[in-house]
Amino acid sequence: MPRKHGNSLLELTDRTKRRNAAEARFKAYGIAAIAVGLLMLVVLVTTIFSKGLGAFQQTFITLQVELLEEKLDKNGNRDLDDIKKVTTFGYAPIIRNAVETKVTELGVETPLKGKDMAGLLSKDAAATLREFVIANPDEIGKTVEFRFLAQSRVDGYLKGRVSRDSIENDKNISAEQLDLVDALVAADVIEKTFNLDFILGADASDARPEAAGMGVSMLGSLFMMFVVLALALPIGVAASIYLEEFAPQNWLTDIIEVNISNLAAVPSIVFGILGLAVFINYMHLPTSAPLVGGLVLTLMTLPTIIISTRASLKAVPPSIRDAALGVGASKMQAVFHHVLPLAAPGILTGTIIGLAQALGETAPLLLIGMVGFIASNAPDSIASGLLSPNSAMPAQIYEWAKRADPAFYERAWGGIIILLVFLITMNTLAVILRRRFERRW
Amino acid sequence: MNDMTAMDSTVETQRTKIAANSVNVYYGDSHAIKDVNVEIEDKTVTAFIGPSGCGKSTFLRCLNRMNDTIDICRVTGDILLEGEDIYDKRVDPVQLRAQVGMVFQKPNPFPKSIYDNVAYGPRIHGLAKNKAELDEIVEKSLRRGAIWDEVKDRLHSPGTGLSGGQQQRLCIARAVATEPEVLLMDEPCSALDPIATAQVEELIDELRENYSVVIVTHSMQQAARVSQKTAFFHLGNLVEFGPTGQIFTNPEDPRTESYITGRIG
Repeated sequence: MPRKHGNSLLELTDRTKRRNAAEARFKAYGIAAIAVGLLMLVVLVTTIFSKGLGAFQQTFITLQVELLEEKLDKNGNRDLDDIKKVTTFGYAPIIRNAVETKVTELGVETPLKGKDMAGLLSKDAAATLREFVIANPDEIGKTVEFRFLAQSRVDGYLKGRVSRDSIENDKNISAEQLDLVDALVAADVIEKTFNLDFILGADASDARPEAAGMGVSMLGSLFMMFVVLALALPIGVAASIYLEEFAPQNWLTDIIEVNISNLAAVPSIVFGILGLAVFINYMHLPTSAPLVGGLVLTLMTLPTIIISTRASLKAVPPSIRDAALGVGASKMQAVFHHVLPLAAPGILTGTIIGLAQALGETAPLLLIGMVGFIASNAPDSIASGLLSPNSAMPAQIYEWAKRADPAFYERAWGGIIILLVFLITMNTLAVILRRRFERRW
Repeated sequence: MNDMTAMDSTVETQRTKIAANSVNVYYGDSHAIKDVNVEIEDKTVTAFIGPSGCGKSTFLRCLNRMNDTIDICRVTGDILLEGEDIYDKRVDPVQLRAQVGMVFQKPNPFPKSIYDNVAYGPRIHGLAKNKAELDEIVEKSLRRGAIWDEVKDRLHSPGTGLSGGQQQRLCIARAVATEPEVLLMDEPCSALDPIATAQVEELIDELRENYSVVIVTHSMQQAARVSQKTAFFHLGNLVEFGPTGQIFTNPEDPRTESYITGRIG
């Protein structure tokens, strides 16, 4: 008599074979999907690092500069007002002299004139020198060693971005200048080293990509994060506690609940235009100010914080509330003494993730003009505070990516590395906190 | 413990502590408790027995207004504690719960130290003026909870680190720390092993000296062992209420008899 499920357990029926094949296919799809994802990630990370790491290194030219008294302080009385009258143009001959002296000293043959030789240096060099002299008027008349930034083409040449072929139509640099660069590199006058100013420095104008840094926009981001933390955390946690623990269950709270979830999905640029309309046009807060940026990002972060806070409040077992109420605690005491401390790690994690999200947000910042150009370095830039114009890290990256000079392009990638380091650090912190304080019931 | 059975426990009539008059409880549209009248005596253990869903826990939670935390729950009728209606508008449930303590089905110590677990109630009610008084209350409560000897050397280690039975006795100590008059216990032994159960039952018998204890239990043997009065609930009705010995040996209602002999439930 034929059996219903095949003749023997030892041989598979067609049905079982088909079922097993389907399962194997499904697993293969899954593995393929993960593999594609991983491949994308690897491509992304390698691209970012190969293009961005160069920004952390910069080419410097070391020169002994004779701070000639007759050029810098004609009266010889070290009066700061007189010294300040000498503009950066007044410093150009001094730099030219220093370069010529160096070239002669090394015995390098070059057809270049002094002006072209000094052209290897960044346009920033004169300003650097002037700042030094104003800060140290006593050094006038002495010979001081300086490390000047090389101009971006020289930097690009050392990094392989600029070649002899690519400069044919480039009026910023000539083949003779590159010959001189080669000679100076051989003599260790020009060298490529780690550049802290890229991380800590201010932005620079279009003509001086070599001097641009992320520092000031980092401060702008920091200020905004303070605003977000100071507003979104208390408001979000208070709203969640009320909704989760106190609010009655009715149609009104249902509507609020649905809308909070909806807000979390609203495109960030909508918050940007809202901020422009309300905070700037209606409330007349200054444009480009970290305060306004922070307010806009607060609106954006609130739903994230509320949703994660409510989830962690919900995860606290009701038996704890019963226990507190059972010994005669009021509802508020039960929440603040027992429920909230237990939910705190979850709230903290949600807040950090919300902040990380806000930190990487660009679109709303563009709408409220958080792309201020601030060329002053710390500590001046710190003092400017919440109401003066500033930029933010992602906005700065966007700005650099827009500029024409390929040297800025490299800095945009470098900026992305810095931003990613921040984001990864914050997310790792969130994961560690969650792991460390996770409680099993 | 062994000398205490339903048959030989003498029943002396005590003062009435809680009187419930025609209490009805509704969860939304469902009628969970139907016209229950019961008098709970002081210094007596009263057991509520009955099949699952019969309303015994619901009724217990009415006695300290824990049902207030459920939005859809509605209570009618009156429950008098020492002659005062606990559902009166002027009564603050927080104040009531300090006088009517509760122990829950699952041991639920706060994830804090043993000391803080017990001290929490006295602290929020301002029962101790200083640290020394608080220490005294904590020790007295832990002794009443019959757990002092086991934990006196580690008062500051977490309460959640104790065994299940110890945790439940800690919860009882926490409940008595606020000096309640009535102690409600909602299946206090259902999550415990037989040895821990025996310890807790012994403790309940001791607590009778100072408190009026109301215990909800699934185990008829437990009701017979620890209680002097038993109330049998069925489908939201209080079917029978009387001295434990009588309920278990000579029930008046056929439903009670079916339940205790194992034919329903």
